[in-house]
Amino acid sequence: MSDHQNFLHGLIEKHQTQLLADWLACLTRGSASGAGAHRDDDRSEQAKRFIDQLRMGVRHGQLSDISASDWTPMRELLEDISRSQASEGISSTQTATFVFSFKEPLFELLRRNIQNDTDCLARETWSATRLLDQLGLFTIECYQRTREELIGRQQQELLELSTPVVQLWDGILALPLIGTLDSARTQIVMESLLERIVTSGAEIAIIDITGVPTVDTLVAQHLIKTISAARLMGADCILSGIRPQIAQTIVHLGLELNVISKATMADALRLALHRTRKTIVSRAAAPAQEA
Amino acid sequence: MGEIPILKIRDCLLVSIQVDMHDRLALALQDDLTQRIVEDRARGVMIDISALEIVDSFIGRMLNNIAAMSRVLDAVTVVVGMRPAVAITLVELGLTLTGVRTALNVDRGLEMIRGIIDRDEREDDRRDG
Repeated sequence: MSDHQNFLHGLIEKHQTQLLADWLACLTRGSASGAGAHRDDDRSEQAKRFIDQLRMGVRHGQLSDISASDWTPMRELLEDISRSQASEGISSTQTATFVFSFKEPLFELLRRNIQNDTDCLARETWSATRLLDQLGLFTIECYQRTREELIGRQQQELLELSTPVVQLWDGILALPLIGTLDSARTQIVMESLLERIVTSGAEIAIIDITGVPTVDTLVAQHLIKTISAARLMGADCILSGIRPQIAQTIVHLGLELNVISKATMADALRLALHRTRKTIVSRAAAPAQEA
Repeated sequence: MGEIPILKIRDCLLVSIQVDMHDRLALALQDDLTQRIVEDRARGVMIDISALEIVDSFIGRMLNNIAAMSRVLDAVTVVVGMRPAVAITLVELGLTLTGVRTALNVDRGLEMIRGIIDRDEREDDRRDG
């Protein structure tokens, strides 16, 4: 351990309470909107632990490398903090500010204790700022990782939720698509549709795109793939729920879907029933069928 | 080298592919099948590929070719029993077999061939009448 690390450690240990008070004042000043007593409590607890760990780290570890094992407890603490911040929906700036704002009380402390040696002050300030920058960046990294995990999980849930295959009638399946079609989703949609065609022995599948916000060339290609695959399995597809706007887009893009399309699911169902040689009769018109 | 049996059901021929297709077998099948269509004066050909797990571009083209050859010999070709995974693979390969009719199983395939033959005959009658 070098002299100057020794010095920094001694300084933090000696003025720990003072540092914490200054820092907390600084943090409360920073967040103008009163975040509530509960969060203040949390924060002072986190701040206290941060200073503790910083002291330990400075004592045993290298200031220039926080990935070393001596900094492990500190990294765990920061991961903890950023994870809770991320799941509470606090912005990355605020999360990072928590660490960076420690500079103010720390530099103040350094300035007060090294008054007449500017060289030494500059050196100490530089090494401290480098350390805190590393810690701050690490916090942001953790924060981002947590958010990415969250997004990934939600994406997975969305995929599972959004691809139902509905049996409308004997031999007629409906596939109401909601949301944008990307390759991963098309794959799942296609697989579940084909599986259902096999299990239900359906002859006709109605693909309803009322819930698809936009149809571009890529989405069209995915639709065509699904339709072709269903056809290879011996099932015809009917496309329904094409909104006027989308009809225009399809023509403007020059897309050739090569499939029967109907404006609404009801029209598609009527055609599908006709194809499977079934009719729907209103009871008033055919009273003889009753009883 | 095993041969693929060709069964006759009334005026239809049923080819059930139960072994892994390799290229020479596919070519032999084309030969046999065209021969049999002519000999039996068949009107329909059904190719059951429900046992096929692997279909490559060559087999895809063979199916297309058989359909085209049968059409020339005035027989309808229906490919039946394709597995979902095979269907997806073919689509990804860009082989949508546009010239071939498809049905879910042999039962549906027979029905389809019957329907097409009947329709053709009705059209002929109308033209004559």
